[in-house]
Amino acid sequence: MDESGNNSIKADDPIIRIRDLVFCRGRRTILDGVSMDIQRGSIVAFMGPSGAGKTTILRLISGQLRPDEGTIEINGQLISAMSDRELKLFRRDIGVLLQDGALFTDLTVFENIATPIREHTSLPEPLVRRVVMSKLSAVGLGGTEDRMPHELSGGMARRIAFARSVVLDPDIMLYDEPLTGLDPIAVSTIRRLMRETNNALGLTSVIVTHNVNQISNLVDYCYIIASSRIAGEGAPRDLIDSSDPGVSQFMNGRVEGPIPFHYEPPGAPWRLLD
Amino acid sequence: MRANYKVEFASGVFLLLGIAALIWLATRATDYGQELGKETYTISARFTNIGDLRDRAPVKIGGVTVGMVESVELDPVTFEAIVHMKVSSRFNEIPSDTGASVFTSGVLGDRYIGLEPGGAPDMLTNGDELFITQSALVLEQIIGKYLFNAGSDKEE
Amino acid sequence: MSKVNLENRTGVISGPVSQAGQCLLFLFRMLAGIRFSLTQIQTVMQQTYLIGARSLVIIMICGFFVGMVLSLQAINALEQFGASDQVSVLVGKSLFRELGPVLTALLFAGRAGTSITAEIGLMKATNQIEAMELMAIDPIHRIALPRFAAGLISVPLLTAMFNAMAILGSVVFSIGVMDLDSGIFWSKLQTSIYFQKDFIGGVWKSFVFGGTVSLIAVYFGYSARPTGAGVGTATTNTVVLSSVLILIFDFIMTSFLT
Repeated sequence: MDESGNNSIKADDPIIRIRDLVFCRGRRTILDGVSMDIQRGSIVAFMGPSGAGKTTILRLISGQLRPDEGTIEINGQLISAMSDRELKLFRRDIGVLLQDGALFTDLTVFENIATPIREHTSLPEPLVRRVVMSKLSAVGLGGTEDRMPHELSGGMARRIAFARSVVLDPDIMLYDEPLTGLDPIAVSTIRRLMRETNNALGLTSVIVTHNVNQISNLVDYCYIIASSRIAGEGAPRDLIDSSDPGVSQFMNGRVEGPIPFHYEPPGAPWRLLD
Repeated sequence: MRANYKVEFASGVFLLLGIAALIWLATRATDYGQELGKETYTISARFTNIGDLRDRAPVKIGGVTVGMVESVELDPVTFEAIVHMKVSSRFNEIPSDTGASVFTSGVLGDRYIGLEPGGAPDMLTNGDELFITQSALVLEQIIGKYLFNAGSDKEE
Repeated sequence: MSKVNLENRTGVISGPVSQAGQCLLFLFRMLAGIRFSLTQIQTVMQQTYLIGARSLVIIMICGFFVGMVLSLQAINALEQFGASDQVSVLVGKSLFRELGPVLTALLFAGRAGTSITAEIGLMKATNQIEAMELMAIDPIHRIALPRFAAGLISVPLLTAMFNAMAILGSVVFSIGVMDLDSGIFWSKLQTSIYFQKDFIGGVWKSFVFGGTVSLIAVYFGYSARPTGAGVGTATTNTVVLSSVLILIFDFIMTSFLT
């Protein structure tokens, strides 16, 4: 199965292929018929108002959640049909940078970055050390390996978390609000790291964010997700000039528009608050 | 690595301290240290009354503990109490005509068995029985006897 | 999050029962992760330090004073019968059988149980648990198991230390202050405290209590709502439920052991 599946993949095939994705939580439909193709080597952003289901797509791609309907294929493998064991193998090939970095507070910087290596490989200790130190210097933080996470600034912690998520050289990087809560210099640093690693390692990156300005010149392609479906897509430049009222409202940050200011109870088409 | 080493050292110290406390308690504050060693031999004795002598009560010669009571049972025919005692093999030269008595430590203290060595050339060995025994003095009986004697004194 | 999860609304009876069931499943999942690998032993050692060694001072101080007050009360009561030389028996029996294991476990629940719950709850609130799942690391094995194991190891050792300090406190008070004979003190202890019944029974109890407190602490931390208030509630629940269960299990074990 896997063999034939892999053989049919061509270089220009999309690495992530999502078809008619439906996901409900309780009675609430979070995603309703989302389809998209994400090209190998690209940097793609999911944007949209908070609570619109952007993070849910990320969790569906990483296999944390299973779709109610529809399919997600990554490298030709169907994520929704994977067993736990297959999922574990699959997750070696994806790196995830969560909101706020999520460094393990009980481990040193070194152990944080070494954790995925120790868990998934049986490299001898000197090799582990070399890999960790090289990643650490790649994010410009060589010499911090013995510190604890609480001794780092927010920007440094985010860079360490970044180093940890790419330490196994993944095929796909998923970012959940990677730039939130950082100072402008740290934002630029992380942004450059994201671009450089994407090019250097041939990654495909998926970024979830609600901050339009921070990523507009980083990403190749944008999906705007609102009211459970894709409200607009295209290169960031095109979206800002979009004639669609909802897309235009979001991209330009206006109060007036089809996305209402007032909260509407369940069943309403737009939900701003989760 | 160095920070880790410190922590491991500290938890190692903690483990050792804890185990030391366990051993200290077991040997100093329980009867564990009072175990008679591995080598023991068993002797028995019959008493008409043993009072409230219990299992594990000490067996002494001249006040020094040489063994302990292993079990107490009742002879179903003669209605005598049979006391089985474990004696440390270090004391293997106790004469065979040694006598046994049930004593009380203090006025209201615990019962123990006192052995009074005789002079026979043979030594006690495993499974031997002591024939010279003296039962426990039961306080109620003594008081009862005293009252009875006092009463009969008056009558005369 | 303002959404109300209807599936989680449970009845007065079915709620606790299903909680207990989840807790038990949690224990099985944890035990399934035992691997005896070097890293796992290292994390257990690290947690033993954080959980056990750091609770040592409070345990020792409390033990010392419990020993002193026990002897004070015992001597007061026994003097009326002229039996104050029995003080070590009374102190020893109550310590080995009840007070040592129970008080240590209660102190441990307050000192270490709460910190375990709060730490795991906070890890959840800061997405660390999710990050582990995404690295295909089972957080139950990685986070919960070492803490549980460390608690299981630490509590019996802490109990031993508590008892040792209490006996020391008793020695200081009865021999040092009340001028009792030290020979009688020790010989009474050595003839009246039974190794099998009192000592081993107490060790058993402390194992059960240690397991109970640690399991509750990791489980509540792991199932805490990932908010400040949720972690607070979980921490409170840990102390309350551990204390109640310690006393209930104490009664059950005492009635079966003796």
